[in-house]
Amino acid sequence: MLRRELTRGLAAAGLVLFCASGFAAGAKVELESADIDPGNVNSLQRGAGNFMNYCSGCHSAQYVRYSTIGKHLELSDEDMIENLMFNAEKTFETININMQAESAERWFGVQPPDLSLLARSRGADYIYSFLKGFYVDPDHPNGTNNTVLAGTAMPHVLWEKQGFQRAVFTEETIDGVTRSTFDRFEPYIPGELDAEAYDEFVRDTTNFLVYIAEPIRSERIQLGIWVMIYLLIFFIVALMLKKEIWKDVK
Amino acid sequence: MSEEGVDNNRRHFLGIATGVVGAAGAIGVAVPFLASLKPSARAQALGAPVEVSVGTMQPGEMVRVVWRGKVVYVLKRSADMLGRLDTNIDQLRDPDSLVAEQQPEYAVNPTRSVKPEFLVVEGVCTHLGCAPLMDFEVRPEENWNGGFFCPCHGSRFDLAGRVHKGVPAPTNLRVPPYRFVRDDLILIGQDTGAG
Amino acid sequence: MARVEAEVGKPKGGLMNWIDARFPFTKTMKYHVTEYYASKNLNIWYVFGVLSFVVLIIQIVTGIFLTMNYKPSATEAFASVEYIMRDVEWGWLIRYMHSTGASFFFVVVYLHMFRAMLYGSYQKPRELIWIIGMLILLVLMAEAFAGYLLPWGQMSYWGAQVIISLFGAIPVVGDGLVEYIRGDYSISDITLNRFFALHVIALPLALVGLVFVHIVALHEVGSNNPDGVEIKQKKDENGVPLDGVAFHPYHTSKDLVAIIIFLMVFSAVVFFAPEMGGFFLEHANFDPANPGVTPEHIAPVWYFTPYYAILRAVPDKFWGFFLFGVSVILPMFLPWLDRCRVRSIRYRGWMYKTALTLFVISFVLLGWLGLQPAEGIYVTLTRIATVVYFAFFLLMPYYTSIDKTKPVPERVIYNA
Repeated sequence: MLRRELTRGLAAAGLVLFCASGFAAGAKVELESADIDPGNVNSLQRGAGNFMNYCSGCHSAQYVRYSTIGKHLELSDEDMIENLMFNAEKTFETININMQAESAERWFGVQPPDLSLLARSRGADYIYSFLKGFYVDPDHPNGTNNTVLAGTAMPHVLWEKQGFQRAVFTEETIDGVTRSTFDRFEPYIPGELDAEAYDEFVRDTTNFLVYIAEPIRSERIQLGIWVMIYLLIFFIVALMLKKEIWKDVK
Repeated sequence: MSEEGVDNNRRHFLGIATGVVGAAGAIGVAVPFLASLKPSARAQALGAPVEVSVGTMQPGEMVRVVWRGKVVYVLKRSADMLGRLDTNIDQLRDPDSLVAEQQPEYAVNPTRSVKPEFLVVEGVCTHLGCAPLMDFEVRPEENWNGGFFCPCHGSRFDLAGRVHKGVPAPTNLRVPPYRFVRDDLILIGQDTGAG
Repeated sequence: MARVEAEVGKPKGGLMNWIDARFPFTKTMKYHVTEYYASKNLNIWYVFGVLSFVVLIIQIVTGIFLTMNYKPSATEAFASVEYIMRDVEWGWLIRYMHSTGASFFFVVVYLHMFRAMLYGSYQKPRELIWIIGMLILLVLMAEAFAGYLLPWGQMSYWGAQVIISLFGAIPVVGDGLVEYIRGDYSISDITLNRFFALHVIALPLALVGLVFVHIVALHEVGSNNPDGVEIKQKKDENGVPLDGVAFHPYHTSKDLVAIIIFLMVFSAVVFFAPEMGGFFLEHANFDPANPGVTPEHIAPVWYFTPYYAILRAVPDKFWGFFLFGVSVILPMFLPWLDRCRVRSIRYRGWMYKTALTLFVISFVLLGWLGLQPAEGIYVTLTRIATVVYFAFFLLMPYYTSIDKTKPVPERVIYNA
């Protein structure tokens, strides 16, 4: 809890200064493949923990019920209440935030978006790359910037985990216009996790965001298999009937 | 339609088989559509159990709470009220709460409650769903021992929600599932099976 | 179905007699089902009519159930769709069936229309069937367009914004008309509410009515066939076309197989790829409508992109809109643009075959181009494809009248 408070405080402090967002750091970067495993319940559970600890302070997931998560992620009500439900009392509630819209606007300049459907509107790779894309940028009001979403109002919430990195840009002048293109990251201040562990951390979180975007995904696929089997049987019977009946036609 | 060389048995069998498989599929499709009409997760969330704090209630006081869109009466009965319960048994249609659907098992007792002093009943007349009015005053000249009176069609119930004889309502007022979380806190809509 | 046929065949019992004296049940069944004769050589292209009907049923049934939980208001619409997707039991299935059905409607209708072009099904005496069919397409487009606004996502909003603004290109009345369609100074709750009314009642009613008329007209003149031969000209002693077989049980048993194959493809999308890579459910539509932020890249849903590409091919607002409108309406005149006496592509000359091939390529290409940004090579390609699209129709009277045709057989070709 203390960590959450700290993060939140830091975010707020850094962002009171924040003004505009239209900030061009260069051309679009290629997204890294998130390589998630939606069937991995352990990864989803870890992701749920990460989400609740680091995201849900500012971001809601207003269409997602805790009870749904519990059912799909094999968590008991007690697990949920103790480890995940910081902003809610009852498991049937949806993931909402306590932050007022106005204070959010004051702190961040924008209201942090609801994350229920982020994975469906942006894709898993976007989330994965975004969470890995923060770098130190003294020109930017909150001290960090992002290669995926340049000028983002979101601070580097996971700095403790990842530490801070620097981004190296290559500059190229074509027809008198200088464009800077992102080249690579360089480590700057180490965090709790090494690069590999941080990747896993972000991957789990991404996996969870993909899950909440469509919680019935695995049910859907399972049912689909049965429907296809049924249709195949129906097809065989109907085809035999058709052939039988068409014997009349010469 | 049949011509030479046509195996009518086979044709008949295949016709039936296609019909059966098709009908099974139709039922399979109908299930999700019909199931979608059940109370949704949101409806269930909104219909979640409600807590009623009864610590400060005075004897003879009644509070109304809404659970699943229905009014639930919580009445703290005084010793006098409890005493009146067995004085008019012959007026009642079902004094022993024999109609099983009208209350959980733990409310099948002379007071129709978990704790004698607290009556918890749905304020929904079992005739056509109006909300019965409270009328706890005793009026021997009217043969009225105190209880609930439904203004719509004149059904009468006693202080345990038991229906009188000769009124349109067929059964006692329904007791919802509930339990005492603490001595001063009732949770309506959820029980442990034993009160 | 088999049961019905048996009963129709039997001597009439009391109940059937009673009904038939009051309602032409037996007569209708005979005329439209058991004694409606269609050529025995109908091939795979002929299943898309019945498949369109199947999709229509799917859309109506799923639509009714969606309406039970959907809220047509700007503040609640987006959330109510997610409510259906998450909180309503099986709501996700019903919603995916509906969204997938919308795209499949156009798949089967476009293929159904292509069949008519392959085998000259619009030619005399089937002009009216074709025109009614075109009206169905227009209503279907309006239906799909109105329906697309309802989820109130970013694409819903901005797609509607762009398409409705098109009407602003009409001289004099344009701006007033745009306001009139929206019922407001911008797309708003009011627009959403009226589109909802159109989508769930007005247009479906029109659609069902037109489909009914389409089938009645078809059964009056009879179905065409891949040889373009009029089967009614060769009948046996009972007046049954020699090359015809009864709709039931012959075509019904065949159609059933086609329907099941279709349902397999349909289910594969519903269960394994409901977004269809962003073609059936666009990614940006998972962001709620935001009048302040235009998505980076707006493209209509795939079934509108050929016409949308034509719109963008012209660097002028009015003429772009004009060509767009004409490109949608133009196929309606096919029965009179086609001067060829031969119906089927099997017996037509190289000119029509080439023209039709180019047309299909240009239509598909336009569909793809409509999804691309309007810049550079795409613009050039779009213009070329647009010219080909229009040339196919406008030059048709010429090339179909000079095209060399092959002799048409007396009877249909059928190998059992």
